[in-house]
Amino acid sequence: MFGFILRRFAVAIPTLLLLIVASFLLMHMAPGGPFTQERALPPQVLANINAKYGLDQPVLVQLWNYLSGVVFRFDFGPSFEYPDRTVNQVIAAGFPVTLTYGMISFVVAVLVGCALGTAAAIRHNTWLDYLAVGISIGAQVLPNFVMAPILVLVFTLILGWLPGGGWSWSDPAFWIMPVIALSTSYMASIARITRASMLEVLSSNHIRTARAKGLPESKVILRHALKPALLPVISYLGPAFVSMITGSVVIDMYFSTGGIGKAFVDSALNRDYAVMMGVTILIGALTILFSLVVDILYAWIDPKIRY
Amino acid sequence: MALLDIKNLNVTFDTNDGQVHAVNGIDMSLERGETLGIVGESGSGKSQLAFSIMGLLARNGRATGSVKFDGQEILNAPLKTLNDVRAEHIAMIFQDPMTSLNPYMRVSDQMAEVLTLHHGLSKSAAVAESVRMLDAVRIPDARGRARLYPHEFSGGMRQRVMIAMALLCKPDVLIADEPTTALDVTVQAQIMKLLDDLQTEFGMAMILITHDLGVVAGSCERVMVMYGGRVMEKSPTDPVFADPTHPYTQGLLAAIPRVDQKGDKLSAIPGSPPNMSRPPAGCPFAPRCDYVMEVCQTTMPPLETFAPGRERACFAGIDTVRAGPKHHEDLPMEAAADDTGGMDIGDPEMNMLDALTDRPTTEEMADDNR
Amino acid sequence: MTMIEHDKIKGMSDRMAQAEVKGRSPWADARKRFFRNRAALVALVVLILIGLFAAFGNSIAAWSNEDIDYEVMGSAATLGAPSIANGHYFGTDDLGRDLFARTVQGTQISLMVGIVGAFVAVVVGTLYGATSGYIGGRTDQVMMRLVDILMSIPYMFVLILLLVMFGRSISMLFLGIGLISWLEMSRIVRGQTLTLKNREFIEAARATGVPSWRIILRHIVPNLLGVVAVYATLLVPLMILTESFISFLGLGVQEPLTSWGALISEGAGTMRYGTIWQLAFPLGFFVVTLFSFFFVGDGLRDALDPKDR
Repeated sequence: MFGFILRRFAVAIPTLLLLIVASFLLMHMAPGGPFTQERALPPQVLANINAKYGLDQPVLVQLWNYLSGVVFRFDFGPSFEYPDRTVNQVIAAGFPVTLTYGMISFVVAVLVGCALGTAAAIRHNTWLDYLAVGISIGAQVLPNFVMAPILVLVFTLILGWLPGGGWSWSDPAFWIMPVIALSTSYMASIARITRASMLEVLSSNHIRTARAKGLPESKVILRHALKPALLPVISYLGPAFVSMITGSVVIDMYFSTGGIGKAFVDSALNRDYAVMMGVTILIGALTILFSLVVDILYAWIDPKIRY
Repeated sequence: MALLDIKNLNVTFDTNDGQVHAVNGIDMSLERGETLGIVGESGSGKSQLAFSIMGLLARNGRATGSVKFDGQEILNAPLKTLNDVRAEHIAMIFQDPMTSLNPYMRVSDQMAEVLTLHHGLSKSAAVAESVRMLDAVRIPDARGRARLYPHEFSGGMRQRVMIAMALLCKPDVLIADEPTTALDVTVQAQIMKLLDDLQTEFGMAMILITHDLGVVAGSCERVMVMYGGRVMEKSPTDPVFADPTHPYTQGLLAAIPRVDQKGDKLSAIPGSPPNMSRPPAGCPFAPRCDYVMEVCQTTMPPLETFAPGRERACFAGIDTVRAGPKHHEDLPMEAAADDTGGMDIGDPEMNMLDALTDRPTTEEMADDNR
Repeated sequence: MTMIEHDKIKGMSDRMAQAEVKGRSPWADARKRFFRNRAALVALVVLILIGLFAAFGNSIAAWSNEDIDYEVMGSAATLGAPSIANGHYFGTDDLGRDLFARTVQGTQISLMVGIVGAFVAVVVGTLYGATSGYIGGRTDQVMMRLVDILMSIPYMFVLILLLVMFGRSISMLFLGIGLISWLEMSRIVRGQTLTLKNREFIEAARATGVPSWRIILRHIVPNLLGVVAVYATLLVPLMILTESFISFLGLGVQEPLTSWGALISEGAGTMRYGTIWQLAFPLGFFVVTLFSFFFVGDGLRDALDPKDR
């Protein structure tokens, strides 16, 4: 097991470094520096700014400075747009919000999705099954940016039950719509995957053996069917996590939750490369870390995987 | 009273191609301590017969008729009644030991849960008992192996585990559904010997389902030959081999290759089993039968006793059948190959031969003995 | 936004790699099965209608997509509602531009992005996957490891990074979406190539000295068509989704061009003033199209999958 984890790390770390280097080089290849604007700055000012940000040094030196800053000090440098703020501060301001509703959404999607899928499989070809299938087909075409306006339309504009945007740490009413908008399509995907794999497992030979032992149906499912049925779900968690983080950008934009997605889009619109890269790298690191966790989880559950 | 008494058992499946009639009006009984062989090619309904006894039919399957165990009706019984009978009184081992064990649980846990459930043993007592049973099925180093996962066992060893698991509660009836089909020939013999020994040791009755007449000859007291979900012939074992009175039984016997036989031609039954989603009105074997008559196409011959303990379902006279078949070459092949779109993908000619001609590699043999 | 059931595609490709022996053309059978699938058939008809809408919608439109109706401008909420009388069949947007014409244009662009993205995926993914699987060995490992690495990158962020750095043009969008769309396709194709590689007809070709690239193009690729067709059909809506996502954030196509995502974004922004049609029409087109693509893809898979033949 330990060797397996080590080997996975041996892949994950170069991937992350590659991501950092690639985004840095991309930034350098981009036409025009971060301070080339419509209103040209006096050359002296530009030179001063470039010196301040170290942009007058050779590319490789800059790359090393950036890379070592990120890796050793977790320091993404100053923002290009707001010289008085560092990228770290921008991230620190938005990340907790994104993380909070993101984690809630993720847990909701996984729990509800698994429960719904399992229930549908156990009650195959009943109204519950049809309902679950209907929801999961419908939700395929209801990604977060479609859900968000629909939710606001219904719950804010028509019913007036929930605030249409904003964020409050103390009032969970602000959390509800972001969580629903973000989790619905993943919940549906997870439900569909769970249902399909549970159906397959329930008709498999080893379940027949378990039934032949005289086990009550609840034990057959909990002890014998659940684990194998959830393996495909676990391998879906990695991609789902990435997509949800991506989706948080929409949530932050649409619901003005003040999360990191807003900072990302703002920096994209302002060509604030430093913040964009910082966010991209942070999210890349999270993604890679998460897929590592998922792989380890999978290997831990499935005894057939050789480490 | 017979230990197991089955009356007019029918099994149907709802599929996309309509209803499939897998088992049609079977009557049979099993006495305490007796071994009954059920023989037939793939798709003859013998496995579904076994599953319906245990209430293990697939979701789309339905059984009607009556199955009484020790006087108690268990067909379509509430799950609670069934669960008390399963493993405790009737246990089953399955065809494919590679997939019949839970791949995500240690063997000891899978076995122990039977005992904690039925006998209320503590976990440690149940594990100890399981290890004893693994010993009894001659798994070397049972104590150490019990902690392994199924994929760490070879095919033959897994089937031993299955057998040990089935015997944990000392059941009255053991249903063995093609227990050796998926195994190498050398291992097959070991497993059959083991089953024989254990049956004597525990004094249980056994239903041995197989397509291999050789297996039946070695270990069964009575044989029931099935085709197209119906009983073709019932008899004590020895007379069937010496004096087959049903054309199908005769065909099965002729298809066994024998070293002592001169000549280079191996006879096979032409055609394939009927498509059970459109069961024939008459005898299901009629399209492939050497003795077919007009009446066979429209009416199913009844099962009739013709000698003590012997029954057959055939319109052709006993003496006609005993006289031997006409030559197969005379038979129009189109007629025989008519109904091939059936539910079973297995090639019947292959099934008979597979078991007899497949030889394991030395590597596989060594694997089983590790 | 992983909505394609990769397990099913995998199962299908496994079975299709085995089914080739049967000799009879799977396509004739598949067509019959497809036309028996009512949901897929309806979806196909809907897609054709939407295609026609994109192609000929402009000739029905009473207004051009760029012209501003000054009578409506400023009071879109009251005067801009859908109406046959003033020629704004779908109403107008907040600036007084005709929503029908804008929806036609958005449909054109969204469909184009979807199809181009899927096309790149098919070409690059098939060739990459077939090459990797066919050559095998170390090359295969390196090629697939590269795909692994690329897949573990949060591509939407990188895509936005690219768009911002190199300008938000539609060709950049195509390039960016094309860059990521082929990854999963190459994996599927590789898997099936591995199975195909050991089949007799490939070995026969190899034994008679046919060069590798020719075997890949003449023997491997045609046998992959079924899986590729299904996957491509399911990929189109995913590409549309990706583009819409970016355009929803205002980082995709730029005015005066528009796409479904941009229109949905505009509609979502203004709906609180009562101009619900500005959201409803683009959203309706988006949802119906995606639905249809998924149904056609599923129908195609069921028709081609030899699972229960």
